[in-house]
Amino acid sequence: MRALLVRDLRLALRAGGGFGLGLAFFLIVVVLVPFSVGPQPELLGRIAAGVLWLAALLACLLSLDRILALDFEDGTLDVLATAPLPLEAVLSVKALAHWLTTGVPLVVAAPVLAVLLNLPAAGYAGLVLSLALGTPALSVIGTFGAALTVGIKRGGLLLSLLVLPLYVPTLIFGAEAARRSAQGLDATTPMLMLAGISAGVLALMPFASAAVLRVNLR
Amino acid sequence: MELTLSDLSVARGGLPVLAGVSLSLAPGHALVLRGPNGSGKTTLLRTIAGLQPALSGQVTGAEDRIAYAGHADGLKAMLSVRENLTFWAEVFGTRDVERAMQAFALVPLAERLAGTLSAGQKRRLGLARLLVTGRTIWVLDEPTVSLDADAVALFAGAVRAHLAQGGMALIATHIDLGLEAAVLDVTPFRVALDGVGFGSSDEAFL
Repeated sequence: MRALLVRDLRLALRAGGGFGLGLAFFLIVVVLVPFSVGPQPELLGRIAAGVLWLAALLACLLSLDRILALDFEDGTLDVLATAPLPLEAVLSVKALAHWLTTGVPLVVAAPVLAVLLNLPAAGYAGLVLSLALGTPALSVIGTFGAALTVGIKRGGLLLSLLVLPLYVPTLIFGAEAARRSAQGLDATTPMLMLAGISAGVLALMPFASAAVLRVNLR
Repeated sequence: MELTLSDLSVARGGLPVLAGVSLSLAPGHALVLRGPNGSGKTTLLRTIAGLQPALSGQVTGAEDRIAYAGHADGLKAMLSVRENLTFWAEVFGTRDVERAMQAFALVPLAERLAGTLSAGQKRRLGLARLLVTGRTIWVLDEPTVSLDADAVALFAGAVRAHLAQGGMALIATHIDLGLEAAVLDVTPFRVALDGVGFGSSDEAFL
C-alpha cells in the first residue's frame, strides 16, 4: 500500500501529473471574486467563507477524473485487481493520494487567499479546521465517482453530475461551520456534522467504490 | 496444485462467447490458446484471472496465484524502468527487480523513463513485471506483440525457466514461440450467437 501511495504522489509531482491543477483553479476563482463582486469589503467578508468552500469543492471536482482514468487506460487497474491488495485498500490509498495532492494544498492556501476576501479575523481557524475536516470526504466521494465512470471516455461531465449531489451535505456543513466561526458564533455543531460525514464516507465509501470498479473492469 | 476449468462459459458485453471449456494445467506445463480474432481468447483469460465472473462453470486453483498480462502493459510513462518494476515488486511483496531486468535485457535502460521506450522495449518491461510478481500461473494475452525475434527468444527463455521452477503458463498467441506446450484451439467452444439468449438478465445492462 505504501508503494502505491509513493507512486501516486511521485506521478502527481512529475511533469504532466496535474498536481497544481486544483490549486491554480482555487487561486483563480478566489482572486477573481473580489473583481466581480466589486469593492465592498463588508459584503466580501460576509460571503468569504461560502466562496472559499465552493471554490475548494470545485477545485477538487476538477481533478477527480485523473484518480483512476489514467490507470485504467494503461492497464494498471487490471493488474492491481489481480494483486494481493484488496481493491478497497487500493481505492482508499488512491483517495488518500488525491487528498494529499489536492485537499492539503487547498487547506494550506485557503487562509492566505481568505485575506483577499476580507474574511473576519475570527474566521481563520474555523475555515482551516472545516476544510481540513471536509476535504477528505470530497476525495473519498470523488474516488467513488471516478470508479463509477472509469470505463467511459471523457466521462468528466457524467462524473460531475454524479458526484455533485453527493458533495452537497459536505458543502452545507463545511461552509456553515466556516461562516459561523467567521461571525464569532459557536460552530461546534456543523463542525461535528462535517467530521461525522468524513468519518462515515471514509469507512463506507471504499466498499462501494471497489464494488462498482469490479463491475467496470469486466 | 493444478489449475482446472470445468465446463466454463464466458461472456463479453452480456453475450456468451465461449461455452463448455474444460481443461486442466499441471505445474511445469504451458498451454497455448489459439483462435481467430474475436473468438474469445481474451475474455477467457480475463475470466481465469478473476477480472470478470464466469457465466457458468468453475475455475479452481487460480485464487491469488495469477500474474495477468493483458494488451496494456500497466506502465507509467513518467516513471523510469526501475521505478516501474520496483513498484510492482512492492505491490506483490517481492524484491528481485534486478533479475527481472536481466531476464529481459533491460539493465541498460534501467534509468530511462518508460515513456521514452520503444513499443518493443515497453513490452519487454511489461513482461519483466511477470517475474517480479512471484506468482505461479502466468496468464498472458498476446505477449509477443511488437517484440522482435531476439526478444521473443528472451521471452520463451523466461517462460521455460518459469516452467522449470514448477510454474504454469496460459498463453494466447498467434505465433510459434518454440515452447513445448499443449495447444488448445478455442474455435470448437465458440457460441453461435443466433438463437442464443443473453446471459443472466442483468448482464445485458452492464
